[in-house]
Formats: sequence, C-alpha cells, structure tokens
Amino acid sequence: MRITCPNCGERDRREFYYQGDALALIRPLPDTGPADWDDYLHNRDNPAGDTRDLWFHEAGCGAWLVVERNTVTHAVHKATLAEKAKR
Amino acid sequence: MGYSGFRVIKEGLFGQKGWKPVWRDPEPKAEYDAIIIGGGGHGLSTAFYLAKEHGMTNIAVLEKGYIGGGNVGRNTTIVRANYFLPGNSEFYSHSLKMWENMEHELNYNVMHSQRGLINLFHSDGQRDAFARRGNAMINQGDDAILLDRDGVREHLPYLDFDNVRFPIYGGLYHPRGGTARHDAVAWGYARGADQRGVDIIQNCEVTGIDIEGGVVKGVQTTRGAIKAKKVGIVVAGRSGQVAAMAGMRLPIESHVLQAFVTEGLKPVIDHVVSFGMGHFYISQSDKGGLVFGGDIDFYSSYAARGNLPMKEHVMDAAMTLMPMIGKARVLRSWGGIMDMTPDGSPIIDKTPTEGLFIDCGWCYGGFKAVPGSGFSFAHLMATGNHHDAAAKFRLDRFRSGVGLMDEEGTGSQHNLH
Repeated sequence: MRITCPNCGERDRREFYYQGDALALIRPLPDTGPADWDDYLHNRDNPAGDTRDLWFHEAGCGAWLVVERNTVTHAVHKATLAEKAKR
Repeated sequence: MGYSGFRVIKEGLFGQKGWKPVWRDPEPKAEYDAIIIGGGGHGLSTAFYLAKEHGMTNIAVLEKGYIGGGNVGRNTTIVRANYFLPGNSEFYSHSLKMWENMEHELNYNVMHSQRGLINLFHSDGQRDAFARRGNAMINQGDDAILLDRDGVREHLPYLDFDNVRFPIYGGLYHPRGGTARHDAVAWGYARGADQRGVDIIQNCEVTGIDIEGGVVKGVQTTRGAIKAKKVGIVVAGRSGQVAAMAGMRLPIESHVLQAFVTEGLKPVIDHVVSFGMGHFYISQSDKGGLVFGGDIDFYSSYAARGNLPMKEHVMDAAMTLMPMIGKARVLRSWGGIMDMTPDGSPIIDKTPTEGLFIDCGWCYGGFKAVPGSGFSFAHLMATGNHHDAAAKFRLDRFRSGVGLMDEEGTGSQHNLH
C-alpha cells in the first residue's frame, strides 16, 4: 500500500501512522451528551468499501492526512491535508 | 452415528467407503424459534449449546459461505487461558475447561493438544509483568510457571538465547495451553448441532433483519425470508455490516491479521512459543507445518490479505528468536478479518432490539473462545440472562467507561489493539 502525500509525493505505507476513521476531525462540543461522545470515540460505520480515515505522515513531513481508500481492495484514491479536508 | 476405534479400523479394512456426511443440507424452513447468523466456530457452538443445554432444537444457523470457510478454518489454532483482568480471566478459564472436555462432549477428535505455551520475556520489567500475570492465572485456578533462562532452555533449546539486542531472560509457562485442529472444531460442533436437530444452512447470506416495534421478527436472506423469535448475530469481521441491518453502529473496526505456514517438517517445535520483543508466535501443526503469525496490520481492512511491512516484521522476529527457521520455506500466508473493539475485549450482549443478540469483538483471539463463547451466548439467548463466565462482556461499557477490559494496558482506543 502506498499513499500519495500532498507534500511529499507517493510514499510507502511504512512512513504513515494510522489513526482511524476521519470522524476524529469532527470533535463534539464538551457539553454534548454521552451518546455523541460514545459515537465519536467508539462507534464506527466500519465500511466494507470506500472509507475516509486519518493518517499521520510520521516519517515524512509530519502532516495529518485524510486518506480516501477502499477497505476491500486496498486501493488508495486520494490523500488531502487534514487542515484543508476538515469539515 | 458415533465414532470409535473399532469403526476406524473397520472402515480402514473396507476402503473408507462407509463414511457419510455428518450434517444434513436442509432447505430453510419458514420459521424457527431462533436463528444464528454466522456459521463460524462461535455460531456453531452457540447452536450446539442452545440445543444441548437449553433444549432449543427448532433453530437454524445461516452461513453465507460454507462451514469451516471463515476464520475458524484459517487461524493459528492456539488455545490458552492466560488472561489477566476480571471478565476475561474467568471467561477464558471456563472456556479452557470446556476445551478439555470437548472431544468427549462432541464425540469428535479435535486433536486438542495441551503441549504447553511459553511467553518469553527479555527484560526485568517484562519479567515482573509476566510474574504478575502468572499470579493472576494461578488465582483464577489455572496453571502458570515462571521459568528462568535455564528453565526455558530445557524446553526450547533451539532459541537464540544470547541475542545481543533481545537476550532471553525467561518465560511464562502455561502447561495447559496448546493447539487444536481448527477445522475439526467447526465440523465437530456442526455435527453435534445437526444431530440435535439444528438446521445448518450454507450458502445463505442474510441481507436484512426484520424489526417491528422494536422487536425482531426474522431475517431476509438470499434464500428467502425466515421468521424467528430470536436472532443472534455472530459474524466476527462482518459485525459492522450485519448490525447496520438492525440500525446499529458498533464499537468495532475490522482489521486484517496475517498468518503464515511453512512446508511440512519433522517435529521440531513442541510448544506454542511467543516472542516478547516483537509480534511473533509459533507452533507446529500435526502435519508438520510451522504455523506462525504476528500483529494486525493496523488499518481497517476487509481485503483478507495484508501488506508487506507486517510480513517483514514477523520474519525479522522469527529470525531473531530462532535462526533455524531461516531454513524453512513459507508455503503460504493469509489474512483474516478481525472485529477489533477499542479495549481489545469481546462483546456478548443483548441489543436495543428485543430478541436480537450479538456476540462479537473477539479481535484476534476468537478461536480459543469457541466453546466458552457459544456456551455463554446460548445461555444469554435462551434465558435472557448473562452467564456468570461472560457477565462483563457488555456492549455499553464503552459508553459508560465502566468495566473496560484493556488487557494490554495500552488504552481503550480503536487503533491501539
């Protein structure tokens, strides 16, 4: 699996740390109820197919990326900087 | 029909022509008292114990593929009870006791081999952690022996004891740990369930769950609609998709776990051995293949195959620990879909829908749980109450934060287990 970092170009999967579903970018407000926090922290769509998740270019530029890929084929479609992809 | 030594000899004399299929291939009925979605090890053992312990025989197991074609037929076959935390500790202890009686209970040879499991440690800190784990195992009533370096050498003389970077300090020995023939476990439970009247329906994929007024009514399948008063979801890596049919989102991410097997060799590895400074564990199958694996790849996946970094890590660790393995040739590798929970521990619970139950989240450790999980899940489905051995496997522990079982001590978060 190779991921094309917007800053560094196509790089090996080893350079990246996987965080999880990109819903991590949509943090609930502190006073939102426990159900929203449960959804944010634990519950997942867990799709078999296209997904959006967060990766950290740990051994590269240090950017957080939103990676669009397919969980069945391992095809990586696109990676964008998380700061731009947010919301 | 039962099996016996006499029967084996008799069939041997007459060309093995007297063996018949050991479960039927029935058409699904219009209605059952209970339906189990998923004919893996856990689903089959659930059906078996529903019939045997609770007299529920008008039930069906729906399997989208074939029996033994999923993770139960593709794993590293390790059976152990070396857990540490309340919840896990009593459950796996109970499950191991069930393993020890499984062949009698099923009248089926699952080749359960209690050859002993040794978890190696490589530092003083690791020794302390394993001593503590061993004490927890003994307190639970199971067996654990803390071996020093010479003690390990007696069992495993072929290891590289003087590796400069990761010298072996000792190991935690669990004599009752071991392996079993994984396919036989699936076949034995399928046969036992079928003998008690359970319909095992293969090539039957569930496509929807019928719910009216918050009560489950049945399922839609590729072979038509089937009504049921109770439905149990036991689908491991596919839990997210099936739960979505009931409008649920689960605290589960599906990941890929790889394993490897070499060509058949003469007996050389007599135990189950795990390395303490990298993800590598190994045993030798009765056919002679070295069966070994590592950690998950650490990204969500349904591909049933992994990437190279984890393969390299596993091979590196193998060569570090037992350089002799470099002479063996890897025959094949595969990846299974693991239903990973945030704390790395499983779920056996009711769902918000009345009559709908779920058994999932076994992460990369489901095989050894096959008897205990089926027994406990059958108890829950039949009686509505949690069995004592699995009472802490609650779905709501993530939301409440109460009763999390983070066995590895890394935190209760999806990407940490």
